[in-house]
Amino acid sequence: MLDFQPWILEIPILALLAITAVAVARIRDLWAAVMFTGIYSFLGASWMLILDAPDVAFTEAAVGAGISTVLLLATLALTGKEEKAFNISPLMPLVVVSVTGAALVYGTLDMPHFGDPNAPVHQYPDPGFVEQSLHDMHGLPNVVTSVLAGYRGYDTLGETAVIFTAGIAVLLILRANKSDDLPELPTPKSNSKRRKGGRK
Amino acid sequence: MISFPIIRVVSKLLIPYILLFGLYVQFHGDFGPGGGFQAGVIFASAIVLYAMVFGLPAAHRVAPPWAIEKLIAIGLLIYAGTGFACLFLPRPNQKVAVNGNFLEYEVLQHDLLPGILPTGQHLGIFLVELGVGVTVTAVMTILFYAFAGRERKA
Repeated sequence: MLDFQPWILEIPILALLAITAVAVARIRDLWAAVMFTGIYSFLGASWMLILDAPDVAFTEAAVGAGISTVLLLATLALTGKEEKAFNISPLMPLVVVSVTGAALVYGTLDMPHFGDPNAPVHQYPDPGFVEQSLHDMHGLPNVVTSVLAGYRGYDTLGETAVIFTAGIAVLLILRANKSDDLPELPTPKSNSKRRKGGRK
Repeated sequence: MISFPIIRVVSKLLIPYILLFGLYVQFHGDFGPGGGFQAGVIFASAIVLYAMVFGLPAAHRVAPPWAIEKLIAIGLLIYAGTGFACLFLPRPNQKVAVNGNFLEYEVLQHDLLPGILPTGQHLGIFLVELGVGVTVTAVMTILFYAFAGRERKA
C-alpha cells in the first residue's frame, strides 16, 4: 500500500504560490493580475487547510479569493485595465527586496521547528485552557469559536466595530459622488418632489 | 450577463445553496469550522453574484440599500446588546444577587426548552456570532453596491 506523503501536496502548492506571486508582479494586464491574486488566495487557503487551520482557510477562501477579487474587478471597471509603463532601474528595488528577504529568512532561523510541542505558542497560555474549553463552553467543541466569541469576546466586539467603521467610511467616501443622493437645491421654477425610492 | 443562458441558469441554481451554506457556516460555527465572519462573507457573495448576473437594480430589489445600511448598525447592536444584557442579569447559583460582567455569557442561563434552545455560554456565542454575521454581510454588500453603483468618468 502506498503511504500518503504530505509533501505530495505541500510542494506543488508552495511552488504554485511562488509562481503565482511572480506572475502577479510581472504581469501588466491588471485584469489578469486580479485573477492571479484570486488564485493566490485560493492556493493560500489550500495551504492553510493542510496546516490544519480550517477556520483560517475558510476566511481566506471567502474573503481573499471571493469578495476582494470582486471588489478589485469593480475598481478596475472604474479606472483602467492596463498598468502604466514606467522606466525605473530595477537595481534599487532588487537590493531592497533582497535585503528584506534575507532579514526575514534570518529571523526564521530562531523560530521553533514546525509542530514543535515545546514552542512557546503551545506552552503559553496554559495548555489546559484548550482542554477546559469544552467544559467552560458547555460542550461546544470548536475551540477557535470559543476563544473568538467567548474568552476573547471583547476583542471580537472591537473587530466588529472596526468592520462597522470601515463600512461607514467607504459609504461616506464613495456615495458622495452620486448626484442622486445630493439634496436638491430649491429652484423657483421646478417645485420638484423628490423621487420615490430615493434616500430614506 | 443576463443574456448568457449558462451563467444565468447555473447561478440561479447555485445561489440558494450558497445562502444555505452561509446559514450552515453561521449556525454550525460553534461545532465545526466557521462563524460569523465567514458566514457573512459567504452570504454577501451570494448577493454579489446575483447583482453581477442579474444587474444592480435587481439586486437592489432583493436587498434594498437602505435596509442593508441599517443592518450594518443592527449587527453591532446585537453584539453590544448581548454584552449589556449580561450586565443586567443576575449570575446563576449565587446566594446574593450579583449581576454579570460585560459579555459574561454565563448569566444568560435559562431553563426554557433545554437541549433545543442554546443556553448560557452557547447562547452568548450564538448571539454574538449572529451580530458579527449580520454586520459583515451588510458591510460586504454595501461595499459592492458602492463600487458597482458608480459610473466611470469619461
